[in-house]
Amino acid sequence: MTESLLLPLAQTGVFELLAPTPPGWGGNLLRGFINSMGIGMGAFALGLLIGTGGAYGKLYGGAVLRDLLKVYTTLIRAVPELVLVLLIFFAVPDVINRTLDTLGYRPIDVSGLVAGIAALGLVQGAYATEVLRGAILAVPQGQIEAGRAFGMTPTMLMRRITLPAMLPFAIPGLANLWLVATKNTALLAVVGFNELTLETRQAAGATKAYFTFFMAAGVLYLLLTLISNIFIGRVEHWARRGLPPIAESR
Amino acid sequence: MTYSTTTSANSRPVARLEAHRIVLIAIGIALAATAAALMRWDWLPNYYALAIEGLWRTVLILIVTCAIGFALAVPLGMAQVTGPIWLSLPAKAFCTVIRGTPLLLQLWLLYYGLGALFPHYPWIRESNLWPLFRQAWPYAILALSLSCAGYEGEVMRGAFAGVPLGQLEAARAFGMSRWKVFRRVWLPQAIHKALPTLAGETVLQLKSMPLVATITVVDLYAVALRVRQDTYVIYEPLLLLAVAYMTLTGVLVWIFNHLEARIPVRVG
Repeated sequence: MTESLLLPLAQTGVFELLAPTPPGWGGNLLRGFINSMGIGMGAFALGLLIGTGGAYGKLYGGAVLRDLLKVYTTLIRAVPELVLVLLIFFAVPDVINRTLDTLGYRPIDVSGLVAGIAALGLVQGAYATEVLRGAILAVPQGQIEAGRAFGMTPTMLMRRITLPAMLPFAIPGLANLWLVATKNTALLAVVGFNELTLETRQAAGATKAYFTFFMAAGVLYLLLTLISNIFIGRVEHWARRGLPPIAESR
Repeated sequence: MTYSTTTSANSRPVARLEAHRIVLIAIGIALAATAAALMRWDWLPNYYALAIEGLWRTVLILIVTCAIGFALAVPLGMAQVTGPIWLSLPAKAFCTVIRGTPLLLQLWLLYYGLGALFPHYPWIRESNLWPLFRQAWPYAILALSLSCAGYEGEVMRGAFAGVPLGQLEAARAFGMSRWKVFRRVWLPQAIHKALPTLAGETVLQLKSMPLVATITVVDLYAVALRVRQDTYVIYEPLLLLAVAYMTLTGVLVWIFNHLEARIPVRVG
């Protein structure tokens, strides 16, 4: 009985299927994983950049800028990521090439990597704006005022006071965003970019060992999350140096 | 004279519509009008009925999966807070795995994986449930419910742990049974604490709804894809879809605000 139950699971050896060289599909999976990591890191970095600008704009910008940023964060956070990715993934190369065309340049080939980073980065930026805005507000405002009273220029104030002081408040939210970024890369499978999930589906479709491959990809994503968590713990420990430890809740 | 000018300057900003906002709204309306005038909308009458059906299906899947997810999240959270180790460990592992892998992968694992596995067992094919297993929507419901349970289970863990111990001790001291303590004290206070977070999770759940279209369930997003396939109109259906989702998000946030307003809050 048990044999007949396990039979479909053991169609072909798992290790043969996951071997890194061509008869196995491990190499494809790893290549997809590296693509995913690249997109995730790029999107997170772009999101941080947009987020920092957005948070400063929302806190210190003029009335028009603040309203525009509010529209940006609200729109992006209310529309499903998949729809946004689909819109941006195709719209960004389109817009770039049309602009180049009107300026009299040759159209360029925007790679899937760049379009993917742009799409996910714009989504990340909206969330990062809110995280960083909250973190800056959590800094005792007297510190920022004191810095300004010392005659620091805005950039120096940001570099020496605001950013280091807000980091402990921002890290939990940013860590969450990083994990969301790595998982959102899977959405690019829908638009046909060769990241881990799409590579997995192709491998699974070719060998019919759907369970094996999706499980393997799940393990890869999970490992990324767990290893990230260890690093996040260290970074948080570093960012909170000199601050009282968080009280344990029971 | 001076008195009246200072009061008008210091008075509460009654006018929410400042000049720049009027300009921004005008620009927004102009953009919408341009989109309506210059883009192609001739496909709309043909797909109107299908879109309404898709919208209804999206909302239905959202309600069903959130209900099942929350029903699973309560025991998951409870098991992690007070359960014995053989319950708390699997609950924690479940939440970690669900939260650590993309939903799209979970969906495809269940749909393609289980879908490829089931036909190998004759007793499943002969059972009465086989017509159900051959369709896509049970897998969509299953995957989305489990995902919802994983995320909300973690939220409920924090909420259960956050209820002050003294409250539970007081309830026990009144002679309430364990079940009654849970029903009358622990669960209501935990839900109260978790409600804003649950609202956020529900919005996230709504936004992951389009993923079911990748396993052939015809939701709102699938209708937009179909329009694109049939008519080669790319951006218009997606823009309309974005507007539809924004409306749904707005309704959802409004409902949760309403729920939160019903709970009395004492501000010290």
